[in-house]
Amino acid sequence: MSILVGKETRLVVQGITGREGAFHTKQMIDYGTPVVAGVTPGKGGEWAFGNVPVFDTVRESVSATGANTSIIFVPARFAADAIIEAADAGVDLVVCITEGIPVLDMVQVRAYLDGTHTRLIGPNCPGLITPGEAKVGIIPGHIMTKGNVGLVSRSGTLTYEVVYALTARGIGQTTAVGIGGDPINGTSFLDVLQMFEEDPNTEQVILIGEIGGTDEQKAAEYIGSKMSKPVTSFIAGQTAPPGRRMGHAGAIISGGEGTAEEKIAALTRAGAKVARHPDEIADLVAANMG
Amino acid sequence: MNLHEYQSKRIFAQHGIPVPSGEVADTPTEVRDIAVRLGGPVVVKSQVLVGGRGKAGGIKLAKTPSEAEQRADEILGMTIKGLTVKRVLVDPAADIRKEIYLGAVLDRASRRVVLMASSEGGVDIEEVAATMPDKIVKVAAHPFLGLKPHLARTLADGIGLPKEHTAAFIKIAQGLYQTFLDTDASLAEINPLVITGDGKLMALDGKIAVDDNALYRHPELVELRDPDEEDASEREAHRHGLSYIHLDGEIGCMVNGAGLAMATMDIVKLYGGEPANFLDIGGGAQADKVAAALRIILSDRRVKAVLINIFGGITRCDEVARGVLEAISTLDVQVPFVVRLVGTNEEEGRRILAEANLITATSLADAAEKAVAAAKGELK
Repeated sequence: MSILVGKETRLVVQGITGREGAFHTKQMIDYGTPVVAGVTPGKGGEWAFGNVPVFDTVRESVSATGANTSIIFVPARFAADAIIEAADAGVDLVVCITEGIPVLDMVQVRAYLDGTHTRLIGPNCPGLITPGEAKVGIIPGHIMTKGNVGLVSRSGTLTYEVVYALTARGIGQTTAVGIGGDPINGTSFLDVLQMFEEDPNTEQVILIGEIGGTDEQKAAEYIGSKMSKPVTSFIAGQTAPPGRRMGHAGAIISGGEGTAEEKIAALTRAGAKVARHPDEIADLVAANMG
Repeated sequence: MNLHEYQSKRIFAQHGIPVPSGEVADTPTEVRDIAVRLGGPVVVKSQVLVGGRGKAGGIKLAKTPSEAEQRADEILGMTIKGLTVKRVLVDPAADIRKEIYLGAVLDRASRRVVLMASSEGGVDIEEVAATMPDKIVKVAAHPFLGLKPHLARTLADGIGLPKEHTAAFIKIAQGLYQTFLDTDASLAEINPLVITGDGKLMALDGKIAVDDNALYRHPELVELRDPDEEDASEREAHRHGLSYIHLDGEIGCMVNGAGLAMATMDIVKLYGGEPANFLDIGGGAQADKVAAALRIILSDRRVKAVLINIFGGITRCDEVARGVLEAISTLDVQVPFVVRLVGTNEEEGRRILAEANLITATSLADAAEKAVAAAKGELK
């Protein structure tokens, strides 16, 4: 078992012929992910990687191949439309890797998606991976191992860092989910924690947050009141100067909301373990395994 | 990107928000001419992109044109929080009866643009939020329907605005929301919005912060950018599409991903070092971007060691390695480099760097420890 992606995933790649799209599609195929279609407007009828049909629209790709999950690699100025196109085509899960989407576009995208059955992961995220089953995104597959730890993170590379340390210690994962660093995204920490809580194979969870916003505090409320599985966490940006934007549009502290201290305090109160640095996470997780 | 007060007020005016009929000037003589044209007392206001201009002496009242010239002479060239005043706004002095706050901001929690109003205008709204949170009234605009009049009326009633001003207030609130949309703002604020002696509402001061991700569709706003907003290295980084913030430490950090970059800074500090910068080369950076990043880091003379921490996903370690080599071969590098490459194409990356004789590290903690030691000259 796992969450969100697995053996039943049938993936369509939006932007399959672009530089990043092509490179990572190859990696996803090599990992064994069922990539059933690609979409690049104007290139319908072509083939990618020998046996992946390319379509002009997501709708065509869904009706021809039964795709149920989409991944988006298109440039930022086209990405909001690409997400809505995927939702209109009835895709269950849309994973948007693209970074730099204007936040007002995301306000509308998110409001639109709330009226559909489509779930969005991202944008500005590394996607997700269920080891041995499906990689939908750009998380390097070789660092993952099958196991019982669920991981959710706002940061891509920090996720790799932690997974790498886990695997090095022989601790495997159910699913790793990168929810993205933007102020408005499709799926929150809370959403993913609920899924891990219900997933029979996940025995404990790692949450990697960062400064900015209140998503970690909301997650802490859930951890404290509803969650039975142990949670280990880390918050990046403890030394960040206030008021400056740290790359992720989300990672800005201002107005006394969203500092590392607030988040660490909330998580600690909720009974989650908080690591001082990323390398310590694997130690804390191992300790939970007894 | 932040807009100056005078730029923000011009945009407000285009959206039907009443503003003073001021003009900007770069010299005291021009200020005098403007004061003559306006007639009556004026306010000379420094145009720098920092808060607290008034407290710093950057905003002065002048009763006559010659006094305005004198005040301008004092303000132009003065330094406020590290920024030199190069331009002033000369506004006719307003007859202020009441100061109100009105702002529009993106609220992450509700995923909406929220409009906030307070009867306590003219002071820092974050101060009001901290000390008198019940003095702030908020409504959320609908992503598709916008700011309906009843929402604006809720604000007006919530702050106890006298009824005769409600209609004008609704028009201003809607104008501010439209300004927010039209400029792709992350913040648009009028502070203070005043009630004048002749019973009118007017935006006396304001600011707009624009979402950098949306600048591609606003060439008209890009032209308004004040290059002094960023320091020279930050500007250079911006040009290369790098996310860079200059700090005061001695360990230059080049990392991919904002979260990992912040975590790298955190761990450097945990091991007793001070980061010289935040630098995220972003996803999928090519060799030239990496080389540019290193040039920027090394241009900071305080940097005593460079820590390169790359965990490749969309970024490929071989591309990073090529960029590092390019930088090393073209720059006069005097400081030790600690390099950690893991992830996509890592073997290829390590092979490219094998001959460059750099300090290599395996884990993040290892890399931080080595960088701190290298900066102290204990490791070469």
